Amino acid sequence: MALHHVKIFSIFERFWHWSQMVLIMLLLFSGFGLHGFHRLLRFDAAVTLHTLAALALLLLWAFSVFWLFTTGAWRHFIPTGSGLWSVLRFYAYGIFKGERHPYRKAYWRKHNPLQALAYLVLKVVLFPAIWVSGLAYLSYFAWRNLPNAPVWLESVALVHTAAAFAILAFVLIHVYLLTTGHSFREHVKPMITGFDEVDLTPEEEAYLRTDEPSQIR
Amino acid sequence: MRGLPSFLSPCIGQRRAEKRSLWPNSLGRHLTATVLAVTLGLAGPFASAEVGSGWPTPPASGTPTQQLSGPLKGGTADHRKFEALRGPFADGPEVTQACLGCHTETGEHFMKNVHWTWSYQDPNTGQQLGKRYLINNFCTNSRGNEGMCAQCHAGYGWKDETFDFSDETKIDCLVCHETTGTYYKTPNSEGHAACSVMFEGKPPIDLAAAARSVDLPQRANCGACHFKGGGGDNVKHGDLSTALTNPPRTLDVHMGADGLNFACSACHVTNQHVWAGSRYNIIAKDTQGTGLPGQRADVTTCESCHGLAPHPVDSVTAFKLNDHVQSVACQTCHIPEFARGGVATVVDWDWRTAGKTHDGEGYHEEGYIQGNGEHRYTYKSIKGDFTYDENVVPEYRWFNGQMRYTTIDTRFDPDAESIEINGFSGSRADERSRIWPFKRMHTWQPYDRGNGTLVYTHLWGEDEAAYWGNYDMGTAIEKGMADFGLDYSGEFGFIQTFSWWPITHMVAPKEQALACRDCHRLRNSRIAGVKGVYVPGRDRNPWVDILGTLLVAGTLGGILIHGGIRRFSPHDGEHH
Repeated sequence: MALHHVKIFSIFERFWHWSQMVLIMLLLFSGFGLHGFHRLLRFDAAVTLHTLAALALLLLWAFSVFWLFTTGAWRHFIPTGSGLWSVLRFYAYGIFKGERHPYRKAYWRKHNPLQALAYLVLKVVLFPAIWVSGLAYLSYFAWRNLPNAPVWLESVALVHTAAAFAILAFVLIHVYLLTTGHSFREHVKPMITGFDEVDLTPEEEAYLRTDEPSQIR
Repeated sequence: MRGLPSFLSPCIGQRRAEKRSLWPNSLGRHLTATVLAVTLGLAGPFASAEVGSGWPTPPASGTPTQQLSGPLKGGTADHRKFEALRGPFADGPEVTQACLGCHTETGEHFMKNVHWTWSYQDPNTGQQLGKRYLINNFCTNSRGNEGMCAQCHAGYGWKDETFDFSDETKIDCLVCHETTGTYYKTPNSEGHAACSVMFEGKPPIDLAAAARSVDLPQRANCGACHFKGGGGDNVKHGDLSTALTNPPRTLDVHMGADGLNFACSACHVTNQHVWAGSRYNIIAKDTQGTGLPGQRADVTTCESCHGLAPHPVDSVTAFKLNDHVQSVACQTCHIPEFARGGVATVVDWDWRTAGKTHDGEGYHEEGYIQGNGEHRYTYKSIKGDFTYDENVVPEYRWFNGQMRYTTIDTRFDPDAESIEINGFSGSRADERSRIWPFKRMHTWQPYDRGNGTLVYTHLWGEDEAAYWGNYDMGTAIEKGMADFGLDYSGEFGFIQTFSWWPITHMVAPKEQALACRDCHRLRNSRIAGVKGVYVPGRDRNPWVDILGTLLVAGTLGGILIHGGIRRFSPHDGEHH
């Protein structure tokens, strides 16, 4: 096993990540404006921005789900208990002692166990909660005549707002963790160039050198 | 002919709306609109304000146009050439007979309408309504005071119960149709000397000239009574004042003399002298829209011209606005304030102070100067104190069109703090309801404290009981009740009453319509008092906000602590 510069984020993943980042920023900004936390946008402009950004993000997610399953990349997000404790211990304690991060990226496991778990929760809990409630919210006038529609609307709004707070908290932690380790720049770079240091088995290295030379430096 | 194309221009919107109304259900319509909105929205999400800014509001036109009463213009006869109208006429009924000489069926038609009968029975509640019977919280009752009040009856000579409602020669054609502006009416009975003096010395009317000037009713014709309900300019409705006789389009986009120049009957469409659009029978939520060509000529709703999706879907905003049509009356956003245009409305009337005299003589005080510079009475011995308001923000309520009146027959708790002259129903759960704007009128007015009823007060008359001249409320009520065989306990008091006036005129050009944020805001929302619905921006779950804020603040705090320890721990950054 040896560390190599390997392309771990394909062009689609990087496009997905950064356009998702922009859209989520726009959604958080316009959404909390609609909620009344700031008045930097006119209400109708905020509605327009929020609706269009949300629909664009849904489209992006449709593509990403397709991509995850056709490429098999979904396996990166399978939760695992092995190594989770040591990562947690590292962030809670070891990091202050100058310990080395316990996790090494593997070719078929590019996220550490804590990361994978966090992203999984984001993908299967928070994101569905916000887009299901968001679509219900957006289409309220199509179901407003159902019994108890106002009560349902209130619940929809509750879920939507609660999920938004949780996503904002996720974003804050996500960005903060980029500052750990070597440097912020070092952490962001793979999501720009696609390359990061990965522990490769000799077989993996041989495979990449032979069949995918552009994926390894 | 200049007016014709501009009258037709809203129909462009109608056709668009019709196309979409072919979808079988609202969901299908909704999804289509979503797709449309998104497609268009992606093309130019923020360009909506510019796109289609000429629609449906017509730009102000430089040259004055003729008032439009409907899609058809130009009659087939010139009344100035009619032999029968040459005169001279001794009195009004003679003119009417001349009219009926050609318009042979009109008398019969006319005698069915509320302008003649002053009577309306609510088909849902069975309540006997109409000016002839009702008590309002302005001058209170016309019953027994017809000598004065029936000046605004579209007939001649109604002063008491003996008036013959089957005599078509007593119809007043001129008050609605003459266009010289010289025609006027005076009380049908003399009244107390102290009052009748007001009506002396008016110039004689040239009835023949008036008869030859007839045309479709102009705003001034309808306004002669409807702008002055409650005893003065805009006193009653709030959205109907003399400012609409010749209004700029900024005051009323439909009636604007420099715009569409609609006459009242352009919307209050008429079929055999029966008008659409009655306060007694309101369509609070029109679900039919324009209908097919030629249909729906019997309704006055906004939707009957503008359709059910009145905002052309060229942006996400327009799409959301069309959604709102289900919950919010057009008037709510498009009439941001009423009593605009410089004429104030009375919002509070206090009969308790009526009857003060100077040496036995009634008097009045002017204490309010309205927007157009005119002085208004704030006290009259015959009526009490008035409070005026202008550019009034309406009250907003769910309303399904159904009013229930407190009539002379209604018994209520005499110790009630207040009663509603016309309570109304409506709620979010009621599919016929929408959020409507109202003028709320507050009055202290006389009532029968013993029986808990409103009272007919004998205000106008030549006798010694008439309040207007004698200023004795007890005697006036006693006679007002006795004349109609009504039970009166003999003890009167004053009670607070509210009446509710749906606001529907003074529609502003769309650029002056309310903005979303006027309602969708935490504090001072226009619809702060509207219950039963979650309004984004106005409403929130406080727990979600508190816990969410704590979560985010806690996260930030955690980051600061974590980062702080890292910063001051000797080993950070030395290794990976």
